[in-house]
Amino acid sequence: MTSSPVVWQAIEAFVVLNALLVLVAYVTLLERKFAARMQSRIGPYYVGRPHGWLQPIADALKLMLKEDVVPTASDRGVYNLAPIVFLVPCLLIFATIPFAPELGVADLNIGVLFFLAVSSLEIVGLFMGGWGSNNKYALLSAMRAVNQIISYGLPFIFVALVPVLLAGSLQMSAIVAAQQGLWFVAYPGLGQLAFVLFLVAALAAENRVPFDILEAESELVAGFRVEYSGMKFALIQLGEYAHMLGTSFLGALLFLGGWSGPWPAWFGPIAFLLKAVGIFLLVTWVRWSFVRIRVDQILAISWKLLLPASLVLLLATGFVVALRGAGGA
Amino acid sequence: MSGYLPVLIFAAFIVGFGVVSLAVARLLRPHRPDDVKLANYECGAEPIGSAWVQFPVGFYLVALVFVVFDALAVFLFPWALVLRAAGMGAFWVMAGFVGIIGLGWLYAYREGVLEWK
Repeated sequence: MTSSPVVWQAIEAFVVLNALLVLVAYVTLLERKFAARMQSRIGPYYVGRPHGWLQPIADALKLMLKEDVVPTASDRGVYNLAPIVFLVPCLLIFATIPFAPELGVADLNIGVLFFLAVSSLEIVGLFMGGWGSNNKYALLSAMRAVNQIISYGLPFIFVALVPVLLAGSLQMSAIVAAQQGLWFVAYPGLGQLAFVLFLVAALAAENRVPFDILEAESELVAGFRVEYSGMKFALIQLGEYAHMLGTSFLGALLFLGGWSGPWPAWFGPIAFLLKAVGIFLLVTWVRWSFVRIRVDQILAISWKLLLPASLVLLLATGFVVALRGAGGA
Repeated sequence: MSGYLPVLIFAAFIVGFGVVSLAVARLLRPHRPDDVKLANYECGAEPIGSAWVQFPVGFYLVALVFVVFDALAVFLFPWALVLRAAGMGAFWVMAGFVGIIGLGWLYAYREGVLEWK
């Protein structure tokens, strides 16, 4: 793949990006339908009868036609740049994820490291948005967000290293290959604990309920994006959902075996997509079932429970791997 | 390094998408500003002063503890890759290192740095 001509690589990147944008748009529809059903509503229905399947397109068009309001008090440069700075890492995390054998932008040998490093860059754009708005809600939200994301970034990294240890590689395709026999979530003891910790840390890193203090509607209106409107708002929303979907893909790849499983090879990519959407729906399910928790509780869970637990889990996995040596996990 | 070229192309496409969609929106959308519309949103009340004020030191304490563990994470990546070949020796070295950092964590815990006030 790496030796193929630049044109082909560009075409592939272009196709992947467009497929992702469509997927992210329809994931928002899926969440709205799912949430509606949980609350005995129907959800989007009229735009694209019978199930609102044109709703995401209508939303995008509407946001594109909306006036763009830039508050006079804001720091214009920072404010205008923030949506793009936020969007780029949120979509770039997909660069190293192979969606099927040999199908992806670049299957780097540092895939997992690249994902973790790039996804942590999103707080730069987020903070730029919150600071540049010169709005009290937005700035409070941005401070809370940075605080929370760096707190949960650590357990997230440590837990993501558990499958890396078991597979002995950072390359995404190699991690999938190591799960041909047994998905890492089924690895006795360690796998289940790691998966649960991964889900909790992912929820917090994505700022989803019950960890959504940064957009807490009842106190901070809409959080760091309160001053944004029109297409800039759309880009921020898009980035947020892309990040969520990317993390779901990572979870499906690290713990649920990616495309591997007891089915014919052609079904593998579809199974991978279904697993990722399954994790996304689990996150949505949590969102509509739990209440928001307080700032001090959020930080206590991370620093006093998740951080030591994930480190101990990582060391325990390391012990098992080192003990079994070249025999393989 | 040729393996990173697709990543660069992908990043360029993402930036392009963002810029083009903002530019298209600029051509299509209305532009009718007025003073009240351009004021900061504070639930209808008139905004008082700037939002750029001093912040509680607690935020910086969390950031400091974060840097310590982030440095630990840097060492964990290569360790995770070679552990199988390097065997138990490498495991005990890392266990000792995590133990030392753990003492630091315990100290921070007892000093109340991990409490949010």
